[in-house]
Amino acid sequence: MANSLFEEKLHSDEFLVTTEVGPPKGVDVSEMIHHIDILKDKVDAINMTDHQSSVMRFPSLGGCLLVKERGGEPILQMTCRDRNRLALQADLLLAYSRGIVNVLCLTGDSIDVGDHKEAKPVFDSDSVQLLRMIRTLESGKDIAGNDLKGAPKFCIGASVHPEADFIEPQLVKFDKKVSAGAQFFQTQGIFDLGSLRRFMQYASQFDVKILAGIIVLASARMAQYMNANVPGIIISQAIIDELAGVEKGKGLQKGIEIAARFIKTIKEENLCHGVHIMAVGNESIVPDIIEAAQLVVAPR
Amino acid sequence: MIVAEQKPLQEIRRMISPYERVLILGCGTCMTVCDAGGEREVSFLHNALRLAQSKGGNEAHRFLEYTLKRQCESEFLETLVDKVGDVDAILSLGCGIGVQAIAERFPDTPVLPGVNTSFMGMSKEQGVWDERCAACGDCRLEDTAGICPITRCTKGILNGPCAGTKNGKCEANKDMDCAWVLIYKRLERLGQLEKMRRYYPMRNFRAIPRPKRLVRTPVGVGEDNG
Repeated sequence: MANSLFEEKLHSDEFLVTTEVGPPKGVDVSEMIHHIDILKDKVDAINMTDHQSSVMRFPSLGGCLLVKERGGEPILQMTCRDRNRLALQADLLLAYSRGIVNVLCLTGDSIDVGDHKEAKPVFDSDSVQLLRMIRTLESGKDIAGNDLKGAPKFCIGASVHPEADFIEPQLVKFDKKVSAGAQFFQTQGIFDLGSLRRFMQYASQFDVKILAGIIVLASARMAQYMNANVPGIIISQAIIDELAGVEKGKGLQKGIEIAARFIKTIKEENLCHGVHIMAVGNESIVPDIIEAAQLVVAPR
Repeated sequence: MIVAEQKPLQEIRRMISPYERVLILGCGTCMTVCDAGGEREVSFLHNALRLAQSKGGNEAHRFLEYTLKRQCESEFLETLVDKVGDVDAILSLGCGIGVQAIAERFPDTPVLPGVNTSFMGMSKEQGVWDERCAACGDCRLEDTAGICPITRCTKGILNGPCAGTKNGKCEANKDMDCAWVLIYKRLERLGQLEKMRRYYPMRNFRAIPRPKRLVRTPVGVGEDNG
């Protein structure tokens, strides 16, 4: 039996659509709630980012609670950057107890890219170890081997970087994540379908679902900035040129068009099992992309 | 070796301000090799402090300079016994270990750190030192082709690169090599990529708990290790 609605869909042949919402810096969650409300019925699940880019924010667990409250399906992004193994396990127990069972296991960005650069980086665990930690909790034990009073059940995923400029070590890590129990992968941003095709030739041997990461770009400048400053982002020159070619103020519209085109192609060519749309601060335009890509999400 | 850098002169002047007679104490081992606190740096610092004092007016310090072969070993500290009585404070240009060894040996004399101890590493070229060992107490260099991910990966992760690596460099610092790219390439060269594919569990931080202490049991003749 599936542990969550999202896990149930993972077992189906549906083309899956997920997106992400970044919690605010502060306690005014009204805009986040608005984003949850406009997205929850248009996607299969909403990821809540965990201090993305190492910038301190309202916590992902708190965001997931709000997704639940609003009747949506949350995916808890959990990084190893800020919590040691006690805190990770404790947060997982809390998440499960509140019906949050989809977890995306990430190592987490370096502290150096964020807004608290002098903080102590934790990284007691890495993403592979976190996946295994969750499977251990499910067995009714904590990772020190002590019995749990009530065992949780999760649906777990991880990330993978098909466009890494040196792919071999990334594939080794992907294998380790699959062996550790990852059921789904949401990839880093895809800007070249060729690399997704090559990756899928490799990944299709495994019984896991791959959701291609689609980052919505708002301008050529944003693309260049992300290339220079955001870990793991490699945006092709062709995309930058396409964005640069539009008149002022039309960048985001072009970004939506590019994202929709990628999604349509991925779906039509059946390249992978779904998409994960990352609008990075422009969450409100995700419904436009879904419409432009003619995606219909099965009713919940 | 241990690598350090001398503290800014302004900070050193603030630290010594309550004391009239100050012994500037160098260390002849690591601090000499990394140009932070050997005989030469003691002499430079002495001159800089005297110059600053003569420009600055009414601070009246008297400086002594001396360099021990090693500040971190008690046998070398004995040569200080007759000097310590003549000073109000010791400004140690030893690493953090040297400073503490002196504090333990001379409980009545204030000891001030003249350097910031940075890491254990090696010299790459003139004036450049790179960290190489985190003294984690659980060496895994066999599995990682002699390249330490705990020290050289900014996240110290054990199961391969994160997704932030680009052009072989680290997401935290574009001038720094990604340790896992180096490890992969060297394991490949050695025909040992299976070591990359292995799962490595979380580290054991009790391998040597902090503060660390190493107790070596004497090995008798004819026993193991003999």
